[in-house]
Amino acid sequence: MFRPRIIPVLLVRDNELVKSIQFKNYRYIGDPINAVKVFNDLKADELVFLDIEATKKKRTISLDLVEQVGEEANMPFAVGGGISTLEDIQKIISKGAEKVIINTYGVNNPNFIREASEHFGSSTIVISIDVKKKFLKGKVLWTHSGKKSHKYLPVDFAKLAEEKGAGEIIIQSIEKDGTMSGYDLDLIRDISTSVTIPVVALGGASKLEDLEKAYKIGFANALAAGSMFVFQGPKKGVLINYIGKKDLSIFR
Amino acid sequence: MNNGIAIIDYGMGNLHSVKKKLDRLKKSSFITSDPDEIFNAEKIILVGVGHFRNAMKNLKDLNLIEPLNNYALIQKKPILGICLGMQLMANTSEEGHENGLGWIEAEIVKMKVNNTIKYKVPHTGWNEVFSLKPSPLMKGISDGTEFYFVHSYYCKPHSLNTILNETEYAFRFTSAIEKDNIFGVQYHPEKSHDAGNQLLTNFIEL
Repeated sequence: MFRPRIIPVLLVRDNELVKSIQFKNYRYIGDPINAVKVFNDLKADELVFLDIEATKKKRTISLDLVEQVGEEANMPFAVGGGISTLEDIQKIISKGAEKVIINTYGVNNPNFIREASEHFGSSTIVISIDVKKKFLKGKVLWTHSGKKSHKYLPVDFAKLAEEKGAGEIIIQSIEKDGTMSGYDLDLIRDISTSVTIPVVALGGASKLEDLEKAYKIGFANALAAGSMFVFQGPKKGVLINYIGKKDLSIFR
Repeated sequence: MNNGIAIIDYGMGNLHSVKKKLDRLKKSSFITSDPDEIFNAEKIILVGVGHFRNAMKNLKDLNLIEPLNNYALIQKKPILGICLGMQLMANTSEEGHENGLGWIEAEIVKMKVNNTIKYKVPHTGWNEVFSLKPSPLMKGISDGTEFYFVHSYYCKPHSLNTILNETEYAFRFTSAIEKDNIFGVQYHPEKSHDAGNQLLTNFIEL
């Protein structure tokens, strides 16, 4: 039986893992390769790596890091941050990543999504949509790690990304990020019911019940989380963790 | 001269994941598009991600069709297709309306689903694989084991005899094919944890 994927999302800054709250207040988590080893042992479905400073520094994520992850990971992984050319994508894929995640550059240049998906195949191209409320405008799309707002409504951009050939959408609530207060289910449902490509929910998950809701109420096809898989307990001690195989029964 | 398993380089996607996985399994392999190296290879893995028509065009442009046909049909040495590499073994594909290698009587068709909220395309994620016949490729892999899939098109073989695995998504489809020395899997063993390692080990030991 098909089931939703459960995806740990790991933020990279200077080749270290960090975790944010609402795209701010970054806290050191540990070494990326160690995390991959632990997630191998825990049999994680898939991993996502996002370099949060790549766009600002006008580069992509470190290719050495992608290569190390590629050598270690027993599962598929996607990589994002600063991707703006076909060459960037080619290099990242050749280091072993399955998918690339495009945010800022794809919003500014939607035709790049078309170009990339025609060149590498739709299933390689993931578009991430970061969403936050803007005064008097409602929920709109933001880029540059949540620093620059755009006119697009999330649903409109999701449809555009699909039309341009994207193979998957990650829908992330900036306001929910790191709060561990549950997903923005309305947002997730709006996107999931507007496109026919897979939708990955991100932002706010802290427990199994959140994942279950995003699947059953939000109709997400994959459930991603940062804090949930790197913190443990009320004091948020750093501990890489994952759901157990028997927990998957909640999706039946 | 290289020895071991030849991973065919025809400009379509993720050869390195497979190469690294074979390194891990301590099996010598090499990436090549050289007809002589293909002729002498112990086995072949044909991987690929991307568009069917582009893949066939690249195989033609690199003059690889004849060497591959010779390997699969005359030399009859083991060959494993993964994802698009498996689809290329069919007669034709709806993706670009192009002819494939035609080693297995089959068509590659687009996944059509009615419930587009529950069943998205591409079919992306972990799903169970069931065997329709015993096969050395599936040794030690029990029915219902999960593998990782990413695809929008699937294989429809003409003959039941060539179906190795089936998988249930919005409908039941062929997730692996087998005919003599030719094996093809829609899923990604190189990204499927222990089960994937087992499958690749089985192929290595054929």
